Amino acid sequence: MASIERAALEIREMDDLAALDSPIHALHPLAKLLTTMVYLLTVVSFGKYDLSGLFPMVLYPALLFSLSGISVKTCFYKLRMVLPLLLAVGVFNPLLDRAPLVRLGGVALSGGVISFLTFTLKGLFCLSASFLLAATTSLDSLAAALRKLRLPKMPVTLLLLSFRYVSVMMEELAAMTTAYRLRAPGQKGIRWNAWGSFLGQLLLRSMDRAEELYASMRLRGFQGDFPYAEGRPLSGRDLAYFLLVTLGLLAFRIWNVSRLLGGLLL
Amino acid sequence: MIRFDHVSCAYEKGRTVLRDLSFSLEKGEAVGLVGANGAGKSTLMKALLGLMPYEGEITVDGLKVEERNLREIRRKLGFVLQNSDNQMFMPTVAEDMLFGPLNYGMKREEAEKTVDEVLLSLGITELKGRHNHRISGGEKRMAAIATVLAMKPEVLLMDEPSSALDPWNRRMVIRTINALPVTRLIASHDLDLILDTCGRVLLLSGGRLAADGPAEEILTDRALLEKHRLELPLRFGGENPR
Repeated sequence: MASIERAALEIREMDDLAALDSPIHALHPLAKLLTTMVYLLTVVSFGKYDLSGLFPMVLYPALLFSLSGISVKTCFYKLRMVLPLLLAVGVFNPLLDRAPLVRLGGVALSGGVISFLTFTLKGLFCLSASFLLAATTSLDSLAAALRKLRLPKMPVTLLLLSFRYVSVMMEELAAMTTAYRLRAPGQKGIRWNAWGSFLGQLLLRSMDRAEELYASMRLRGFQGDFPYAEGRPLSGRDLAYFLLVTLGLLAFRIWNVSRLLGGLLL
Repeated sequence: MIRFDHVSCAYEKGRTVLRDLSFSLEKGEAVGLVGANGAGKSTLMKALLGLMPYEGEITVDGLKVEERNLREIRRKLGFVLQNSDNQMFMPTVAEDMLFGPLNYGMKREEAEKTVDEVLLSLGITELKGRHNHRISGGEKRMAAIATVLAMKPEVLLMDEPSSALDPWNRRMVIRTINALPVTRLIASHDLDLILDTCGRVLLLSGGRLAADGPAEEILTDRALLEKHRLELPLRFGGENPR
């Protein structure tokens, strides 16, 4: 299968993951969305040298991975294009901040190394949590949850249509690339002088298709709201999940659990 | 049920696609819309659905096709697109079928019951939980029809319903169309399908209504069809290139 077709299929596979059956999938999208937002805010609120305080935040994605049945491998595979960027964010910190901050055994670790690790972990945790939200909740349900939070119709609809448009564009790109390759044997990729018309055609074709897709939505009553994706109302279980996780995260933020445990053991 | 009164449509100045069209469709009628490429079949459908501006007057069940009536009109009209990929945008067939009814305010339990009934009537219950990107072209076409029927439309509009279908699936679509107790307007180049499903034919040519009459009469008139760049249906000896 061509790499573009594989990429298009990968986007659709997020729908497959969201359709799995697990205790996390069964939670109300609004509860999951709010919990994820609290988690992201808590993670980014840790200071750049607070590596030990940040570390217990791994428990939330770990819990979700184990309960949702989605493997860590799937997550890292889907995020493989973004992960290198995480490293790039703090890669120069060890060079810029060389003052020793902590000693680990006989090794002195500089502030730059600690902040680099903190940034990387923060990014990893945030990406994992966002991925888990998207992989356990359909995009339409998420859009419905955003509307419940009183977000305006326009940006929510744009988010939804962008997702659909990316799939459509990838499909068109796959079809056009195949057509090109069949008439250009022996060529590696697409010649530079064909890129202009190729991209123009791709844009026009995918816009035509996206327009028809949107017309199809409007013809079936879509007006920017998501009654079809709302499902059941919030239950006591959803509220309990949100409150328990939020309290746990706040506790991790207020008390340095790593240090407390370390103090008990040493 | 549907009335076109001196309707004209243009995409841009100087490029008129429909010219002074007047006709009406009675409740329960099955009408075929035929014509060569560029005759205006798809444009006529778009104008009827309020997807493009027009001059003259189009009414559906007495309601003029204009912005303030579009929601009510679109509730009455079910449109099956030529490309099912553009019609099926939800992850699964069942979710796609629920999309329309729930948007129009049907209760979830009732909508789910309707989905089951429609799937059963089309003989495709096994598709219910299947993912749209994992079903075949024929299955997708049947599922696309199901998404529209779940809205319980009063009029069914279909654009090239047999395109990309194998003979078995084509036969299934014909049976499905014939079993529907609603008004039907079917645009197609497949004149044999039109003969099998429609009692009346509208022949469009260059945006004008070139003929309007019984399907058996129009689709057996070789001179008329050839004048408008069409051929007899294959069963009546339509040209075989071999």
